[in-house]
Amino acid sequence: MWRDAALVAGKDLRIEGRAKVSLNQVGPFALVVLLLFGFAFDQDRPLLVQAAPGLFWVAVLFSGILAVQRSFSVESSDGAIDSLRLSRLEPAGIFLGKVAAVAAQLVVLEALLAVGVVVLFHSRLGGAGLLATSAALSTAGVAGAGVAYGALCIGLRARETLLPLLLAPVLAPVVLSATEAWRSALGLSSGDGWRWLALLGCFAAIYLAGGSVGFGALMEEA
Amino acid sequence: MPQAPAARLSRTRRTPSRLSRALGWAAALALALNVWWGLWLSPPAPSGNSAPPGVVEGQFVRMLYVHPAVATMCYVGFGICALGSIAWLWPRTRSPRWDRLAVAGAEVGAVFCAATLVTGSIWGRASWGVWWTWDARLTLTAILFALSLGYLALRRAVENPHSRSVLSSVVALLMALTVIVDHYATDWFVTLHQGETLFKPDPSVYGWQLATMIVSFVAFGLLGAWLIVHRYRLEELEERYGSLAFYSAVVARRSEGSSLQAGLGEPAGAVGFPRLEGGPSGAVPTRAVAGGEVPEAADIVEPAGLAGPAAGPAAGGNGQQRVGMP
Repeated sequence: MWRDAALVAGKDLRIEGRAKVSLNQVGPFALVVLLLFGFAFDQDRPLLVQAAPGLFWVAVLFSGILAVQRSFSVESSDGAIDSLRLSRLEPAGIFLGKVAAVAAQLVVLEALLAVGVVVLFHSRLGGAGLLATSAALSTAGVAGAGVAYGALCIGLRARETLLPLLLAPVLAPVVLSATEAWRSALGLSSGDGWRWLALLGCFAAIYLAGGSVGFGALMEEA
Repeated sequence: MPQAPAARLSRTRRTPSRLSRALGWAAALALALNVWWGLWLSPPAPSGNSAPPGVVEGQFVRMLYVHPAVATMCYVGFGICALGSIAWLWPRTRSPRWDRLAVAGAEVGAVFCAATLVTGSIWGRASWGVWWTWDARLTLTAILFALSLGYLALRRAVENPHSRSVLSSVVALLMALTVIVDHYATDWFVTLHQGETLFKPDPSVYGWQLATMIVSFVAFGLLGAWLIVHRYRLEELEERYGSLAFYSAVVARRSEGSSLQAGLGEPAGAVGFPRLEGGPSGAVPTRAVAGGEVPEAADIVEPAGLAGPAAGPAAGGNGQQRVGMP
């Protein structure tokens, strides 16, 4: 299974490395979202600093949806998904491989967005341990749920609009927990940020386990 | 020609039955009783210093006769959807009936969820001074509503009935998880929304208020049951007559193709019209529908205007249409 996952992740990242869609399109889109937040809050800099963790994770959510759509659009064109079905790779391996590839792209996007938040919103990053742990768990949750729902929507005509409608409410707990953890890490709230990691960990574990078990059936039906 | 199946539908079967009509009348009577007791007979609750703590004050108490019952029916609808989905996913109990029940529960649950958000918002404006506040119960209910819209959109987006049932069942189970978290949100999180009113050792309502609240649960329960029964039957009819309409369209298209071929004097198949396998021999093409309910041949040939090409093989019409065949 792990070998299959590595193969699929390598394949997806190789396609991304050649096409550079995330780098050339999704990354700039995420930065534009940050700029738009800046316009929306105008000159209210203290408010921007306060809201920065939430804005960061909303930007990650939007970018994550795009990354998942991209991850499955390469499979739906030219009937590639049928080749994947017939390849005798384990469905759990395919799922984990696609999750790993989406997560790797999201990590790069998050690093880019973090720089954007520091430069544009004048946030001061601190609490590196909490920031990194919550980001890792959130990324696993976003990628796990995203790939599970991406597989669910892959064969549908209206997948471009249906995926955000299905995925955004599902990812709401991740955005909430990650925002609270980051607020605590950045010293913007007095709450204990580490307790939010339990919710993030549960979410990621449920989707990674559920996706690994059900991905085969989803691919067959989609 | 496309109106033919609809015309036949109106003649043959509709969603009401004697039992569902009785259910509908009972729901209407109970709702009327709820309005009468809730707005006229039930007195306003004490307000100001005379009000016990944790009790709804003054005229706002009348929201108790709508909002909790509507919210409960929202949970019941999504609960039925989850049960139907589990029963459909379980191989031993798999039946298209469970899938119909799931979609009926989800759609009625979504309607009650929207009503919950609206009535809750009105109540919030009256008691908290705002239409909306970022509270765990409120936010989870809004997420639940969005999930239910996603579920219904997914059902419309998938054409294959089997795939539709599998994919929507998976989403329904996730919706059920949100219902459970939403229900216990007032216990698990610090929230403005009040907790249990009725089902606790020392209920906050009594007398006329309690009686009217019970009437409201009965009334909205009957309304929900009536809606679910009709939605279930509508789904059944959609499955049956959706397939019939599909066949009608195919037969009509073949008829057009045959006429054109006859006019041009060219061999069948040469003008690019789609032909189904088994068409020339008159065999009715089969198509998988939920539960394997394939419309009978009589259903297909009966609508007015379809008799020519569909009944052609039996009447020898097919040979006449294929003028110019070698």
